[in-house]
Amino acid sequence: MSTPTTTARPPRLTFGERWSRLPKPVKIVLWVVLALLVYALPLLNPPILSTPDSDFGSVMFTVASYGLVALGLNIVLGYAGLLDLGYVGFYAIGAYTVAVFGSLHGKVPFVLLIVLAVCISTASGLLLGAPTLRVRGDYLAIVTLGFGEIVRLVFLNTQWFNGARGITDVPRPPSLDLFDVPQLQWDGFTAYVDLGTQSTFLKFGLLDGIPYYWLTLTVIIIVLIADVLLQSSRVGRAWEATREDEEAAELNGVPTFRYKLLAFAMGAFIGGLSGALYAARTGVVNPETFIIQLSILFLAAVVIGGQGNRWGVLLGAVVVAYLPERFREFAEFRVLAFGLLLLLLANFRPQGLLPPRRARRAKAAAQELEELEHSGAAGGDTKEGGIRA
Amino acid sequence: MPELSTDATSTGAPREFGPPLLSMEAVTLRFGGVVALNDVSFDIREGEILGLIGPNGAGKTTCFNALTGVYQPTEGRVVFDGKPLGNRKRYQINRLGIARTFQNIRLFQNMTARENVLVGADSHHRAGVVNSLFRLPLHRRETADGNRLAEELLDLMDLGHRSEDLARNLSYGEQRRLEIARALATKPKLLCLDEPAAGFNPVEKQRLMDLIRRVRDLGNTVLLIEHDMRLVMGVTDRIVVLEFGKKIADGLPSEIRNDPAVIAAYLGVDDETDEEGTP
Repeated sequence: MSTPTTTARPPRLTFGERWSRLPKPVKIVLWVVLALLVYALPLLNPPILSTPDSDFGSVMFTVASYGLVALGLNIVLGYAGLLDLGYVGFYAIGAYTVAVFGSLHGKVPFVLLIVLAVCISTASGLLLGAPTLRVRGDYLAIVTLGFGEIVRLVFLNTQWFNGARGITDVPRPPSLDLFDVPQLQWDGFTAYVDLGTQSTFLKFGLLDGIPYYWLTLTVIIIVLIADVLLQSSRVGRAWEATREDEEAAELNGVPTFRYKLLAFAMGAFIGGLSGALYAARTGVVNPETFIIQLSILFLAAVVIGGQGNRWGVLLGAVVVAYLPERFREFAEFRVLAFGLLLLLLANFRPQGLLPPRRARRAKAAAQELEELEHSGAAGGDTKEGGIRA
Repeated sequence: MPELSTDATSTGAPREFGPPLLSMEAVTLRFGGVVALNDVSFDIREGEILGLIGPNGAGKTTCFNALTGVYQPTEGRVVFDGKPLGNRKRYQINRLGIARTFQNIRLFQNMTARENVLVGADSHHRAGVVNSLFRLPLHRRETADGNRLAEELLDLMDLGHRSEDLARNLSYGEQRRLEIARALATKPKLLCLDEPAAGFNPVEKQRLMDLIRRVRDLGNTVLLIEHDMRLVMGVTDRIVVLEFGKKIADGLPSEIRNDPAVIAAYLGVDDETDEEGTP
């Protein structure tokens, strides 16, 4: 008799499994190559990826800053499970700190400005979190929603912040001006080096977005490393336990309030940092920029990508920030498209495009169980058939 | 020589225990007009297995919640290890040395069995953000210690082979045992089990009771809520009986078995005659 249902199917390896089997040096080399490619992306101007209607370097900067924001919000929402609808508030505070102390009311050096921006937004995160993190779920969402709006309205209605006029002449990062890097241009699918449009290595000017992209990407890499280290430690476990079951976590010795506050402060730190970088890039801040819709876009990046998975939320940021620029002709429909995308996701991939490890593992286990049951049932059937025959 | 036979308890010979580890001192708990616990006092002595029994709705779980800090007593107090619980936070009460399991299982469903136990073990660790970010020696030492403890406890609970499975994918019995492992990982002085054998068949129950005894023999004090009278009689050293929020009996299993108040509470003899008597 031929072997029935349990065929010797080669085990399907997921990407993660294949990856984890690679030897460590290979992994490191691959990481470095990948990072270099990502760094070089706006110089390479790949034909299909590049944005025809707007400067690719600037678009990549926007994508990177959304990515940074998504990583920060992912700590709050994905790890600690706190629904923060006012994340734009921290972004605005970071941006305004740089603008106020760098241009409007002072001439603080740029590096100090960044430190200041991060400190103030983290402090605002602690101030907001300390009273509000005692409420849960929906209530927290509403409180943070209010916070985001309050921050914008304060900037809008306070003369000291220049009100609706906003602040101009925001200082740029100090330039290094080391050497020129030529860009690739494409004629169809043949590349040629264009010596006309060059990017000066680390010259933070008005037009060229690429140095800002490099800066933000570097910050993202540092945040990613910190994220990996933190999530795989006691802190990450405490966040996960708190999200899973707050009361059980508390009764097993996890000071849940403290960890929620920590997540909130870290989110505010990263939000403020990306806001500061945004202000330094555009040179202008204006209350109109920090509307509630921006919060929703940030949230969309995290949810679409897969909350709880750092690579997922980065992918989500690419979807939210890059696609509308690439398909400019449809940019007006971007909110509609996201709505549709979210609906489809809720139906087919409720955990996001790249679900976190826990969801994937759970699904794999459920599938395995189903297959086992299925093969068991099928085996039974064939046996019965045999007897009948 | 201590405990030659496991059924020493059921013969009624009083075992010698240490000083009281936890004292409920005239604890009353009201929810609005409902008196869930009424002037309940008892001690749990070091090294014993104390059973807390009573009919449905007698206040067992409320009592449990009062002594793990989930509820604050309206009156009276709970003293643990010489310190009144007062209004300590729940995690602080855990760190004093009280750990518990839940009547309806409350694991971290999307974490692995090992991670669940590690969360418990983390309660006596100190590495924070800085230590974790820079992988300082404290972080490394605690990670190693935590993993060792988790492995030990998972093996003790017969879960060693499932350590990398998500909690939600464990069987019912395994989930119950994992909860005990997680609670033990906080290195408690007092382990409180809320109906740990609920939904078990007799064989599983017997195995669990052996496990509980083993846990006690490792130096833990155990408070056990259980429905199954026979089971409680077999494993506990002393029993406290609650009915309608009041303590109606407190003694050795052999005494409880023959206590008329307990029999009445469980069989409802008094009530029935009462009803018949007052038409």
